[in-house]
Amino acid sequence: MNIAINTNNISKSYPGVLANSNVSIQIDESSIHAIVGENGAGKSTLMKILYGMTKPDSGSIEIFNEIVTMSSPKDSITLGIGMVHQHFMLAKNLTVLENIILGIDRPSLKNLGLKKYKKAIEEVMSNYSLDIDLNMYVEDLSVGEKQRVEIIKVLFRGAKILILDEPTAVLVPQEVDELFNNLKNLRENGVTIIFISHKLDEVLEIADQISVMRSGQLIDSVRNMNVSKIELAEMMIGKSLPSPPPRSTEKKQNKIIELKNVSSNNVDGRQLFKNISFSLYGSEILGIAGVEGNGQKEVVESIIGIEKLESGEIFFNGEKINDKTTRERLDSGISFIPEDRQLQAMIMDMNLTNNVIIGRQNIKKYKSNFATVKTKNAVKESENIISLFDVKTPGTNTLATALSGGNQQKFVVGRELEDDPSLLIASQPTRGIDIGAQALIWEKLRESRDNGLGVLLISADLEELIGLSDRIVVFYQGSLVTELSSEEVSPEDLGGYMTGLKK
Amino acid sequence: MKLRLRIASFSAPLVALSIAFGLSSLILLFIGKDPIETFRIMFEYGIKGKSIVSIINRSIPLYISAIAVAVGFKMGLFNIGVEGQYLVASLIAAFVGSQFSIITPIHILFIIIIAVASSAMWAAIAGYLKVKKGIHEVISTIMLNYIGTGLIAYGLTNVFDEAGSDYELPRTPELPESGKMPALNNLFRLEDLQDLHGFLFVAIVVGIFYYWLVWKTTLGFDLRITGANPVAAKFSGINPNRLIIVAMVTSGGFAGLVGLGPLLGYFHRFTIDFPTGLGFAGIAVALLGRNHPFGMGIGALLFAFLERSSQILDLNDVPKEIERMLQAFILLIVVVFYEIIRRFIVKQQVKDASKKVET
Repeated sequence: MNIAINTNNISKSYPGVLANSNVSIQIDESSIHAIVGENGAGKSTLMKILYGMTKPDSGSIEIFNEIVTMSSPKDSITLGIGMVHQHFMLAKNLTVLENIILGIDRPSLKNLGLKKYKKAIEEVMSNYSLDIDLNMYVEDLSVGEKQRVEIIKVLFRGAKILILDEPTAVLVPQEVDELFNNLKNLRENGVTIIFISHKLDEVLEIADQISVMRSGQLIDSVRNMNVSKIELAEMMIGKSLPSPPPRSTEKKQNKIIELKNVSSNNVDGRQLFKNISFSLYGSEILGIAGVEGNGQKEVVESIIGIEKLESGEIFFNGEKINDKTTRERLDSGISFIPEDRQLQAMIMDMNLTNNVIIGRQNIKKYKSNFATVKTKNAVKESENIISLFDVKTPGTNTLATALSGGNQQKFVVGRELEDDPSLLIASQPTRGIDIGAQALIWEKLRESRDNGLGVLLISADLEELIGLSDRIVVFYQGSLVTELSSEEVSPEDLGGYMTGLKK
Repeated sequence: MKLRLRIASFSAPLVALSIAFGLSSLILLFIGKDPIETFRIMFEYGIKGKSIVSIINRSIPLYISAIAVAVGFKMGLFNIGVEGQYLVASLIAAFVGSQFSIITPIHILFIIIIAVASSAMWAAIAGYLKVKKGIHEVISTIMLNYIGTGLIAYGLTNVFDEAGSDYELPRTPELPESGKMPALNNLFRLEDLQDLHGFLFVAIVVGIFYYWLVWKTTLGFDLRITGANPVAAKFSGINPNRLIIVAMVTSGGFAGLVGLGPLLGYFHRFTIDFPTGLGFAGIAVALLGRNHPFGMGIGALLFAFLERSSQILDLNDVPKEIERMLQAFILLIVVVFYEIIRRFIVKQQVKDASKKVET
């Protein structure tokens, strides 16, 4: 069999993160090759490199046995590589036909030559047994059909290698079946497919070969028939897990937060999470594990009232808070570190003094009796955080955007820990930051826990999750599937529950 | 902020001004006029005592209008409806104010309250439509401007027209003496000049109040962070819908004051010649002054100066439209330079912060 893609020791690092480390992967022609791994395992970086969106720091790439260098997706398209992104790039007020030829080959301004193109596209469609009405407007298509348009678009541009970035994430089950049939047809017709996913069931159903990535490294490439789901899960999670350092304090008996059968749907009526119940006690860190997109983010956002509940009850320090506003919940002692600090936690164009007030506008410390902002207290508090959390900044008057990611995050964590909250929700508290900042944040979280704080921790970083948590609950497809003790958790269990193997 | 950065941020409007004058000069040259001579006569005319009083009078409504727009801008809300809001408010206030007479301060205060309240209510419609129906405020406020103009035309002819007057055109009854705002000429010893509108004081108070509201209060803080990052604002516990209504009503409230300078100081009634276009001009002034109370003051004075001083041009056979062009050039160029300066400041701060990390 011919080899479509062969990479040699590809490495790529971003400040503070080694995203790909010596990745050597071989992808056979006319095969479906799945790449699995947790969020942050390095799949996306590898795909960006293969699609020419980013350049590797070292290593080489061979496409159909020729060494190539790509500096933009334009190069990769010429080489026969096409990518279908998770978020479709279609103009909804144009027809399928117009979308497919959009950006091609400079059709003359007077005459787009639609007829000529239509014939050529129909040919491609029949070659690969893909079917769609070219005259439909894209806005009238279902999600699965839109995806098919993207695939046809890429094939029409001459792609022989197709990269699909989590293609099933947006589809309903019937559409998944349809997609898989189409992919098999494509394979029969000589197309090579790279299928990125973290859903092991699907991967085992469709892929010929499976490569597992973890922490930027290629753990192994195996043939589908030679591997079990358990083995895959283990490769994804790692054989050995860290164990939490012993703690000197005891968890308390008071329930800080209690969720009783909470459920929620999104605006389209799709279920986000259902019947979630758990409690968190004082002086305890409860970790929430789960592959991203399984409802955990929405659950914690519902605790501060950003996500609305369909049913169920939330109790904070024994008091039902369902009907309280986000402001009331924050003011009563809930702190929140959102997963995206630049988008959700800070105002990049404001200085640190202003940023320290965010989320606390209404508390006495920052609001006078005349409804004015007490700037002096804000300056004092930000100076305090800068020294306690070792935030590297010229001063409190510096814009947030001027700080590095790690320093921004230390500042946010410092802000959320000030004034002794009783609950801290920390969503990916150390994602994408340097090791020094990470260690400091872990230290501060443990310290606050020992002082009575209840922490709800969401993290895709298993070292962080297990290293910090006292207990771990696992989310899968919007449900809480199990609770594990962080001291006794095995990779097999954690991986099994996270990927839906165990229920 | 460091001195260097302060100088940088002040340089933007000055540079923009020079380039705008440069471009206008080229156009003047192109049509065969001497630019230096043209600007000289404009300037000479613009600094005459009479002109200065007129410039200040003109700048009062411009300034208040800019503030009304800026309140919305600060939270990323585009109130394009100041135009309709102040006209509706002026008509209602002019009519209600003409119906009775009490001592002057109370009478004027009453007219102000009527104007502010009716304008705020008119603006609240746009806020309501945005919150409840998701209609973008630019669309709704523009539409409300048209509706307002129509209602004013109808109301002025059929409801508020002065009864028993033989004046041909529709107009509201004149305000009684107690409803007229005294001029400031005696105060500043400007005996031989035209009236300097007493509303100047209100404009100054409005400017200070706006500064306090936006930069000192918690409400202002909420407005500013919502404008800068609506997502973070939501996570910080702000209810965006409530804030949209509050901002729209506040902006509309300020807008209600726009027409009162001319109304109380000079027109003393609402007629079909009542000044229009102040709401749109306010958008330009707010942009020029970067929503800052001081900057907008300078901007209002500058635009008023250009308008006034250009009136001499017709007598000198230079097309007056050169002034409109100047205004447009200034605006366009200044917006570009503000962005350049903003990037420069961010770059400087990043540099300073990374220096700090290295040490």
